[in-house]
Amino acid sequence: MYWNQQEECMPVELLRQRQLARLQKTVARVYERVPFYRQRMDAVGVKPADIRSLDDLRLLPFTTKNDMREGYPFGLFAVPLDEVVRIHSSSGTTGKPVVAGYTRADVALWANVMARTFVCGEVTSRDILQVAYGYGLFTGGLGAHYGAELIGATVIPMSGGNNKRQIMLMQDFGTTALACTPSYALALAEEASAMGVNARELKLRVGFFGAEPWPEDMRKAIEQRLNLKAIDIYGLTEIIGPGVGSECMEQNGLHLFEDHFFPEIINPDTGEVLPDGERGELVFTCLTKEAFPLLRFRTRDITRLIPGNCPCGRTFRRMEKVSDRTDDMLIIRGVNVFPSQIETVLLTIEEAEPHFQIIVKREGPLDELEVLFEVDERHFSDEVKVLQAIEQKVAREIESAIGLRATVRLVEPKTIERSMGKRKRVIDLRKEQKP
Amino acid sequence: MKIIQLSVFLENTAGRLREVTGILSRAGINIRALSLAETADFGILRLIVSDAKKALEVLRTANFTVRETPILAVEVPDQPGGLHGLLEALAEAGMNIEYVYGFVEKRSDNAIIVIRVEEPDRAIAVLQAKGFTVLGNREIGTL
Repeated sequence: MYWNQQEECMPVELLRQRQLARLQKTVARVYERVPFYRQRMDAVGVKPADIRSLDDLRLLPFTTKNDMREGYPFGLFAVPLDEVVRIHSSSGTTGKPVVAGYTRADVALWANVMARTFVCGEVTSRDILQVAYGYGLFTGGLGAHYGAELIGATVIPMSGGNNKRQIMLMQDFGTTALACTPSYALALAEEASAMGVNARELKLRVGFFGAEPWPEDMRKAIEQRLNLKAIDIYGLTEIIGPGVGSECMEQNGLHLFEDHFFPEIINPDTGEVLPDGERGELVFTCLTKEAFPLLRFRTRDITRLIPGNCPCGRTFRRMEKVSDRTDDMLIIRGVNVFPSQIETVLLTIEEAEPHFQIIVKREGPLDELEVLFEVDERHFSDEVKVLQAIEQKVAREIESAIGLRATVRLVEPKTIERSMGKRKRVIDLRKEQKP
Repeated sequence: MKIIQLSVFLENTAGRLREVTGILSRAGINIRALSLAETADFGILRLIVSDAKKALEVLRTANFTVRETPILAVEVPDQPGGLHGLLEALAEAGMNIEYVYGFVEKRSDNAIIVIRVEEPDRAIAVLQAKGFTVLGNREIGTL
């Protein structure tokens, strides 16, 4: 099932031609209209006419999150404000937020790629789609909303929060599709069980989860508890919001909507472009956006492009589920550790609930890694040695996965904070302590 | 006859035990015996109470992790060698004890020893054959 078969299943040769034409047009536009890009390109001696193939993309400089901050708020826009019909913004937890502008055509493009996303999960006009992404400056809510409306689905614009009401409306309205962050999906499953509602008996059929990395085992937990197919979706404010890519029903990699957002994988240390199949940092160039078209934006997400065709028929390349970010990487006693590595370990240990927290602190000259996880009634024992054996097992598995000895501590249930939106998986106390 | 002990997971933080006793006190539940096993970061509180079912319910409502554990409560004479006789009997039968604690009965000359063994049914048979009285829930409730 496709939203637009001609676009989504376009022969690769034709797709590459279309990408190149769009790239050339966009590079010419931003060179002319955005002083920032003109200066950057002039600095490396590249003119729009130098872009003669898709490979020439690597001649262009990267755009980083830091550049966004310097251009704050409208410095990177390629149209005057009177053509901008909408502004969205990232949360901006560190420094100034990222501001994204949309023209009328950008909003239409966005609805189109979000419609593709939902049709990837076989949503039709007969579906009742509950949007539990936050509405407002955050791109999640309105992005999902416009795409679902374009398909003609019945949209419930719930936004995030108000868990009891979310469950009540799912029951009363017969919600068939859910869009929210994966951790919020688990929070809703917990709420349902606290309310005595069997979430598996709701009419939910499919869910679209994104805006934070989530491992494969978390998918299993969501699918099991809510009895739905969990589709991973991908996007970021700088590029458009959600709608940059989505899994199809195969659930084997996310198709990137590369006729609009051209992906590259680079070595995060050297900036060198890596061939398809190799892991590195994901970089996007907007090919069709009008208001805020970024060239070679470094996402900080670590993934790889999956070689080979997808049985679904879409010709858009797939990327592996994003599990890590370059800026989530912890360096503990000189060892590089991604939180997802620890998460993967915990999710394979039957006794460990998926609720855990990693605390990194400095004890004397040494970095200490502490992992807290919640004790589960199913595995709780009246004997100390049994609980200590679980702690030791977790410590051993973590050590074999990352090569670091962690202090593992059982804590009481529900002591690790569940957030409405993104999870706080790592607390790095070293930043607050004196070195 | 096995009786029910409640085992409660406690983080090793100030005031946590007091929260448990507060909840039980408000629910009108009397603690018959208790023992606390602790490590550096957590403890397991083992409780024998007047109404195990109700205690389980109020503790779970308060988000405590609680488990019911079958244990044996055995009467021994409250005099030197009382506990020793009991342990001898189990040792002769080759039985291993996971943990043990005790309390003194108010209205008799006996002490009550709580023991956790791997095979409670066999332990009951062994002890009764040696003339020990193994108490049931009803007797514990009316002590």
